[in-house]
Amino acid sequence: MTAGTLTRVVGALAEATGLGGVALHELVRVGDAALLGEVLRVSGDVATLQVFEETTGLRVGEPVVREQLPLAIELGPGLLGQVIDGIGRPLGRLAVLSGTFIQPGAAPPTLDRDARFAFEPARAVGDLVEAGDVLGTVADRGGFPFKLLVPPGRSGIVRHVRAGDVGLLDPVVTLDAGDPITLLQRWPVRRPRPAGARVAADRPFLTGQRIFDFLFPVAEGGTVAVPGGFGTGKTVIEQALAKFGDADVVVYVGCGERGNEMAEVLHEFARLVDPRAGRSVMDRTVLVVNTSNMPVAARESSVYVGLTVAEFFRDMGYRVAVMADSLSRWAEALREVGSRLQEMPGEEGYPTSLASRAAKLHERAGRVRCLGRPERHGSITLISAVSPPGGDFSEPVTQACLRVTSALWALDAALAHQRQFPAVDWSTSYSLDAQAMVEYLDQQVEPRWSAARARALDLLQRDAELREVASVVGPDALEDKDRLLLAAAAALREFVLGQSAFDPNDAFSPPAKTFVLAEAALALFERGAAALAAGRSFADLPIDAVRRALAGLRDAAADGLDESRKAVHEALAALSAPGVAEGGDA
Amino acid sequence: MSLARTYRGARAAAGPLVYLSGVQRAALGEWVSVESPGQPPLRGQVIDAGRDVTVVQVLEETLGLAPASVRITLTGDLASAVVGRDLLGRALGGVGTPRDGLPPPIGEAIAPLWGAPINPTRRLPPRDFIETGISAIDGLNTLVRGQKLPVFSGPGLPALELAATIVEHARAPRDEPFAVVFVAIGITERETRTFLERFQHGGALERSVLYLNQAQDPTIERLLAPRAALAEAEHLAFVHGLQVLVVMADITHYCEALREVAAAREEVPGRRGYPGYMYTDLASIFERAGVIEGSPGSVTQLPILTMPDDDITHPIPDLTGYITEGQVVLSRELQRRGVFPPIDVLPSLSRLMNAGIGAAHTVPEHRKWADQLYTIYARGREARMMVAIVGESGLMPADRRALAFAEAFERTLVGQGAERRSLADTIEAGWRLLDRLPPEDLLKLTPAMLAGREQQRRAAAEDRS
Repeated sequence: MTAGTLTRVVGALAEATGLGGVALHELVRVGDAALLGEVLRVSGDVATLQVFEETTGLRVGEPVVREQLPLAIELGPGLLGQVIDGIGRPLGRLAVLSGTFIQPGAAPPTLDRDARFAFEPARAVGDLVEAGDVLGTVADRGGFPFKLLVPPGRSGIVRHVRAGDVGLLDPVVTLDAGDPITLLQRWPVRRPRPAGARVAADRPFLTGQRIFDFLFPVAEGGTVAVPGGFGTGKTVIEQALAKFGDADVVVYVGCGERGNEMAEVLHEFARLVDPRAGRSVMDRTVLVVNTSNMPVAARESSVYVGLTVAEFFRDMGYRVAVMADSLSRWAEALREVGSRLQEMPGEEGYPTSLASRAAKLHERAGRVRCLGRPERHGSITLISAVSPPGGDFSEPVTQACLRVTSALWALDAALAHQRQFPAVDWSTSYSLDAQAMVEYLDQQVEPRWSAARARALDLLQRDAELREVASVVGPDALEDKDRLLLAAAAALREFVLGQSAFDPNDAFSPPAKTFVLAEAALALFERGAAALAAGRSFADLPIDAVRRALAGLRDAAADGLDESRKAVHEALAALSAPGVAEGGDA
Repeated sequence: MSLARTYRGARAAAGPLVYLSGVQRAALGEWVSVESPGQPPLRGQVIDAGRDVTVVQVLEETLGLAPASVRITLTGDLASAVVGRDLLGRALGGVGTPRDGLPPPIGEAIAPLWGAPINPTRRLPPRDFIETGISAIDGLNTLVRGQKLPVFSGPGLPALELAATIVEHARAPRDEPFAVVFVAIGITERETRTFLERFQHGGALERSVLYLNQAQDPTIERLLAPRAALAEAEHLAFVHGLQVLVVMADITHYCEALREVAAAREEVPGRRGYPGYMYTDLASIFERAGVIEGSPGSVTQLPILTMPDDDITHPIPDLTGYITEGQVVLSRELQRRGVFPPIDVLPSLSRLMNAGIGAAHTVPEHRKWADQLYTIYARGREARMMVAIVGESGLMPADRRALAFAEAFERTLVGQGAERRSLADTIEAGWRLLDRLPPEDLLKLTPAMLAGREQQRRAAAEDRS
């Protein structure tokens, strides 16, 4: 192994000489503590490195050793339920080894070498197999069926199969050529894993969040940008989707975010049960965590580590959802490294390659036909939070993401200040998949879904116009039917689009509940309008009774849904019934 | 073995920076001593270690420094600070030199200023309620142990008074051992005094460590003062199990010192000239708060920052808001109207509130109570704007009620004056405001809450009669 010499250390960057023949993006071990680094630039004998660990204390003159590999991550059973950092170090076992505070230097491997699994072969000796073929399964965390695949680029005739008890490094399947296939595989994180052709996304990624499922549904395999200033609830949304989104595997990338938040995620996910699969949410989750005070270079790599893990499960044929919180921190890490490299800055100091890197990153999402047999589809849905400075969406990171994502869920500070959560601005948000997805929902959930959505969007649009008028002339000067419209839209905003992530009954809204609530808010408007036409005045309409019934339905526990639903119907019926005194002595 | 190396003459000097050439084995973050003939030595730190050129950032005033004649010693040690329980009651300079005329503290350990990040898997989610005695915080933006909750202030707004009030009131919520670490970063003598005078009585000073880098002190030292203070805070919290509250004022001065160094290095400037790594740099301060497994202690941060021109989108409050767990925003309008503390609850937020409230921590249904107050207050503020256009008579009755509510809310619940309010009093004050409203305005409350309140009022009325 060639050893070079450290000639400069500044921030997360270092320079070394004497690394003859070193390649771009090759890994190196830097200094006496053997910190992990990566080659960013080679100029003559000088290599410029970004160091993934804390560089304070690195001395000029210390050795630098080539690893002759790009930055790669270990993949295999045991990843689910793990918390790893931006370079794949398992944070749980790291704490056992080096204590509460993260110390730079050697770390345990990502996957626990002591783990044992029972391998159930799907192929036999003599079979001809090719890349992507399912060789067999092991039961991963919580019984999750982990599929062992023929690694990309490999094929051959099966010569030996080891069924039953195996460790991560044991030869499980031996082909007639090449190394034996083990449960543990490695993949360079910056290179997308190969897959078959893309297939059309035909069904929505259901989130359990009404405003997304009802108004802006995104396809499985789609990409969403969720920009919002601080305090608008990006992280709460990302966490809600990680908890309640309909996916087989969730990869949560906490990129440059808060340590306390990650502690909350860890504790809460361990406790929560996935409403669909009935198992612990943590059993389906891989957390990639690089908090804002952890080294900046590893923040940049954390997104790629997360996507590589996602692709690994996608290749098995699973539906994977990736929450990236937040891509702004990823972009800022690029900017920080770029400016230290004295690169010519682009807009707002970001590297000029920002847009193309953002595009490449998002293109790793999608729904594909997986390689190999049996025939199967896998998908990666990518939901990226973006933190625009000052909440201004015209900034480069938001714009770079919007050009490549298929949906925008725009968060609005004004809504957040009104405590309207999720603070999604329905007038600027969109989903390019919406049309196809509501057709699916019409067929699979409720035939009137798309019609209700169109009515709701119309009501919200008229509400916005009317509120502008009301702010000039005063709401008292409005006609009754306009006041009814304002009241109905308020109910729609409050009880359908608004949803509490902290109320155990409301945090997850199955599609059926979403529809009933939406339909009721719309009926308040339509039936109320009919009552007004029949001669009742707005002041006589029992609006508050309907609102109370809606609140009851929204907050009802699963076993109380039917009863609350009945109460809503009764309250709505009273709208059209003439002259009914609604429990009032007035 | 000492690794100290001494060199004569620097290649160049510019502002706070000294450029050396031919230095052997310089380490990033290494402590440096810069001596000019006939002057006391200046302290510095290596910020760019190179075989050809090494850059030292000098913490003190470089006035009169002649590059050709300086004597520079690289000490071999990394920047570090003495930490220990014996620092309690002391007043120190930005990097730990005594400012109270006493000998330097001996301490219990030497901690690196650049604190290692806490492993996220070893953090415990913060959820212990801290009663600050301030209604707008306890009731509506609850602070919990291990949180970092900054005060966004404006020039002339009483942020330090608010911080002093919190320190004064929040001590020993459950008689657990506590400590206060106060860091003055570039604030004036007068501001420092304002703060200290408030919590001096009651012997609080014996439980405090003061790190003072005031306006007249060297600018670059401001970059190290909060780190020295946090090293001490971590020691007190995680070695001695104390509940430590760290008050840092003013983060805006810190950021300006950061910009000064970046400019001296001719780095590519980011927004408004602040360096592109300011987010990372601020995070390395703010993230040093929390609660960890295996220790009863906690580090809670109350940083204060001044929003230039009251602009919340300025890079300093903006980046801070992205890192901290909420913010308490002071309002000039409330200040003008004589409301103390002038906290505008609408843009204020405590992200960790939900974990620290409810039956287990404060009162049952705390969230719904707060949401109800918020909703009507927000409506009242909207109505206030509308009144300017359509007049009060053009409002709907519910808006008129909200308008009156907003007035009362600001005067009584927020504007509590100097008195300390227990949580129970805060909750009661909120209920008194809600009592005036008809049930159709109170849809955030459950029927059970309304019934409970009704019963409580009846019982109170019977008691009186």
